[in-house]
Amino acid sequence: MNRPMGRRPARAGCWAAALALVGLSGCREAMYQQPRYDPLEASTFFDDGLSSRPMLPGVVPHEDPRGAPPSGADEDVFYTGWKSGRLAEEVPFPVDRDLLVRGKERFGIYCTPCHGLSGDGRGVIVRRGFPQPPPYYSPELRKQPIGHFFDVMTRGYGVMYSYASRIKPRDRWAIAAYIRVLQLSQHAEVTTLPEADRAKLPGEGSTGEAAGRKQP
Amino acid sequence: MPQIFHPSANTLSRLSILVALVAAAGSVTIFYLIMRSPYQTQVKVIPTQPIPFPHEHHVRGLGLDCRYCHTSVEESSFAGLPPTHTCMTCHSQIWTKAPMLEPVRQSLASKKPIHWQRVHNLPDFVYFNHSIHVQKGVGCASCHGPVQKMSLTWKDQPMNMEWCLTCHQKPEAHLREKRDVFNMEYSPSEEEQLSLGKDLVRRNNVPVDRMSNCSVCHR
Repeated sequence: MNRPMGRRPARAGCWAAALALVGLSGCREAMYQQPRYDPLEASTFFDDGLSSRPMLPGVVPHEDPRGAPPSGADEDVFYTGWKSGRLAEEVPFPVDRDLLVRGKERFGIYCTPCHGLSGDGRGVIVRRGFPQPPPYYSPELRKQPIGHFFDVMTRGYGVMYSYASRIKPRDRWAIAAYIRVLQLSQHAEVTTLPEADRAKLPGEGSTGEAAGRKQP
Repeated sequence: MPQIFHPSANTLSRLSILVALVAAAGSVTIFYLIMRSPYQTQVKVIPTQPIPFPHEHHVRGLGLDCRYCHTSVEESSFAGLPPTHTCMTCHSQIWTKAPMLEPVRQSLASKKPIHWQRVHNLPDFVYFNHSIHVQKGVGCASCHGPVQKMSLTWKDQPMNMEWCLTCHQKPEAHLREKRDVFNMEYSPSEEEQLSLGKDLVRRNNVPVDRMSNCSVCHR
């Protein structure tokens, strides 16, 4: 079996033991390197050298690794963002504050590198040369049903790769819901804000559309 | 009857006892030193990788979250090593001609995984689980060191049993709020850490009284 670096569990020990004239017996690696595979460990048994076997076509998972849909959620919508050839108009399960908080956190991990914290499409990777995505608050994207954002995360879009293997469906919905928050954040009317928040604004009577947030 | 031993045998016998003692003590010391040296622990030894992947650039330079690549760390024993697909999410557009990244492009084209060398490899008789450590508030840096400063990745801690137990016996010295687990620049003062840690042991239900049981790590 392949022995990666960093794995000398007992060899040094054997040397030392020989020097010390102690522990002359029992210095073996059998316990360190047991006949089972660690995740992603290389294998000499299979021709492709992988211990993790690729799935055969048509395999039906015993327990869906994508996570079960919440009770009451439509399975098609939950896993794909589509229903009968139409993009979902709503998140297929109740949206609450916890979901938005989760969405914000996941958005921060997976989306901000390109889309930026505010969703303006000017994240750090874009500044390093990645093609710039449109801001979420562009008129076109504001008109898109929420299923669109779920679908883009699931299948990729243009130069954006699929995130289906990295973000589970429930978290993709949480991010989609948070994208709605970002859209609102750039288009909120001042009059709809609570008194406390309005007091914090620098000017009066202006709309919430922050200057410099417009697409360049 | 003549003497069997010459009188100097007295000295020789004392001397040989002394030499034996010194040799035994010396051997034990050498054994101890070797077991703790990087030769055995591999601490700060940088394995040669197929691609010189810089965590420093991706973590500190670009600000990527650990979980962008290590996606399963919150819910699996295995933190997750990113597939080539993850690298190519950006590198299909950025640095597309860089010779350094040729093995990545080849891996994508040939559908053969990149053969990284493991930096951390616990013995098979230890059943380590990332998710429980993350959920209870152990920061990435507590075990993996300043990864955001590693231009090439090394093992920062010896990860022997003695080292594991320092935290299993006194977790309050290391626990963080969950929001700080992935914060690589987190550095509270010792007092802050201890008072927060004691609070977190309680709030996160960390079973300190059972955490040194053999079966926690060995099955």
